[in-house]
Amino acid sequence: MLKQIEGSFAVAEMVAMCRPNVISAYPITPQTHIVEELSVIVGKGQLDAEFVNVESEFSAASVVLGASAAGARAYTATSSQGLLLMSEVVYCIAGMRLPIVMTCANRAISAPLSIWNDQQDSMALRDAGWIQLHAEDNQEASDLHVQAFKIAEKTSLPVMVCMDGFILTHAFEPVDLPEPKEVDAFLPPFKPTNIVDPRWPRGIGLFADPRFYHETRYILHRAMEKSGKTIKAVSAEFAKSFGRESGGFIKTYNLKDADLVIISMGSVVGTIKDLIDEFAEEGKKVGLLQICSYRPFPRKEIYDALKGKMNIVVLEKSISLGRGGILASDVRWSFPRADKKDRNISSFIAGLGGRNITKDDLRYMVEKVKKEPVELEFLGLNKDLIAKKDL
Amino acid sequence: MAIKDYIRERFFPHIWCPGCGHGTVMNSLLRALESLGMSRNEIVMVSGIGCSSRISGYVDFHTLHTIHGRALAFATGVKLSRPELNLIVPMGDGDALAIGGNHFIHAARRNIDITAIVMNNRIYGMTGGQFSPLSGYGTMATTAPYSNIDHAFDTVELAIAAGATFVARSTSYHVKQLSKILRDAILHEGFSVVEVLSQCPTYFGRKNRAGSAVDMMEQYKNDTTPIGSKAKKENPDLIERGIFVQKEMPEYCREYDKIIEKAMKGN
Repeated sequence: MLKQIEGSFAVAEMVAMCRPNVISAYPITPQTHIVEELSVIVGKGQLDAEFVNVESEFSAASVVLGASAAGARAYTATSSQGLLLMSEVVYCIAGMRLPIVMTCANRAISAPLSIWNDQQDSMALRDAGWIQLHAEDNQEASDLHVQAFKIAEKTSLPVMVCMDGFILTHAFEPVDLPEPKEVDAFLPPFKPTNIVDPRWPRGIGLFADPRFYHETRYILHRAMEKSGKTIKAVSAEFAKSFGRESGGFIKTYNLKDADLVIISMGSVVGTIKDLIDEFAEEGKKVGLLQICSYRPFPRKEIYDALKGKMNIVVLEKSISLGRGGILASDVRWSFPRADKKDRNISSFIAGLGGRNITKDDLRYMVEKVKKEPVELEFLGLNKDLIAKKDL
Repeated sequence: MAIKDYIRERFFPHIWCPGCGHGTVMNSLLRALESLGMSRNEIVMVSGIGCSSRISGYVDFHTLHTIHGRALAFATGVKLSRPELNLIVPMGDGDALAIGGNHFIHAARRNIDITAIVMNNRIYGMTGGQFSPLSGYGTMATTAPYSNIDHAFDTVELAIAAGATFVARSTSYHVKQLSKILRDAILHEGFSVVEVLSQCPTYFGRKNRAGSAVDMMEQYKNDTTPIGSKAKKENPDLIERGIFVQKEMPEYCREYDKIIEKAMKGN
């Protein structure tokens, strides 16, 4: 049933329907509304779960690690500094193959302090061995959570669902929330395999000397690569059960005849689609390739979808300082060497620290890369704020 | 030096809610510094994250606005490298004693010359009213809709037990006393902790039906008493105000210098 609801609450209601046994979190803007609503749901007795308030994100991540290692379906949510504080545990969770689901309400990183949206936080942990799914709107943000638990438990890999802070978390949109019984039919109770169990004592996360550690990383990497199949299968099953497309590896829009393709992920995709419609009316052929699964990275899918597309521009809300666009690097790597020299892949960094990305900005970007490829540009840079020597 | 010279007026109006006690704490602090005749360049303010931490934006000292709960760790680094500077660290109750609890007890244990101000409004204000380690048993918060079952720290007892050599408490109602205590705390050589009860009418007040800011300040007036007063003996529930501990102990930076001297001997 369609419901006019704040993004955070839509996620909270969906997470509650996934029946986690343990939820632990620490308040941080713009994530707080999600766990606050979950605490109300648990408080009202509508969800039989342990809700653990802790004194830091480090503890929140540790609590869900412990809970999951004991066989519970566990959930946490955070943003920005909170995610960075969790990072030590985030790696442990992946290394222990614990199927925890976390929401990252994407927010900029200090310093300077900013509470507004970009995607530098989840990007900082892209190599930790967590599946990362990016939501375009609140419907998808909500849908991705039920998929996330299923993917996590099928692959024994943790899943981070990323949704843009404020732009999604605090926005009211009509969201189709399923009935609890529909979710129950889609997501069976968690049957843990790799847990501490007094009947069969075992160690998790023990010391691995140089004879073993190397291989554990290989196995984890292979598991991440193979999880792509599960992500696609779960997305397809979701479409069958709930009657709408959500998640998966990639999505495309007006791609077929496009002579220029924009690649991006997250909520900015909505603005890009609006602009593509305007361009179509003007007779300009611009298409979109949207990344939903950022890790594992859909290298093959991008390659297949963009056969014959020679002009590509990657727009992203994060940067590897000293290197440039991170998503752009991933995209460039998606094409075999022989192909690479023929393609023009431009890289734009936009919307850091909550700066709006307008259709006019995007129009400027498209017009510019049509003239010539751009190696790296900060979109909408206000040069008046920058000393001459730093330009 | 005029009070105005200590303020970064360009950052005003401040973000604190109407009725918040934090502005009063800042006022008392600035008056204490003025009475000491301290120059802006002698003061370093280090803050973490939260409503209280925003104070570092409004004062025109050397200021570091850092990471949630870690202000004392950053301040320790500043103090060790520039021991001649005066370090002031304003923190909230969540900032100082939840996420930053470990830094708090160890800074106290080392007796490093830093003035820690715990602006205790018993709630996480900035993120919307979650309970903190100072909310106390039976209080209401957005994350404790049926009342809180966690017991609160007693900041003063915790600081004393951890080894702080100056420990005091006041409130946002007792502005003059607070100013005097802060002055003594800054002058004290060693780790000073000043807990200030500071009202949050927006979240703590509303959730706990404590009334307006004025009502909450009146409560500070009625529910507190000077240390060792007759009233305290008659009514043990009263919260004591004043300086609990003020003692001389070797200060960390000086001890560190001695170690350096010892290690360099004969070189």
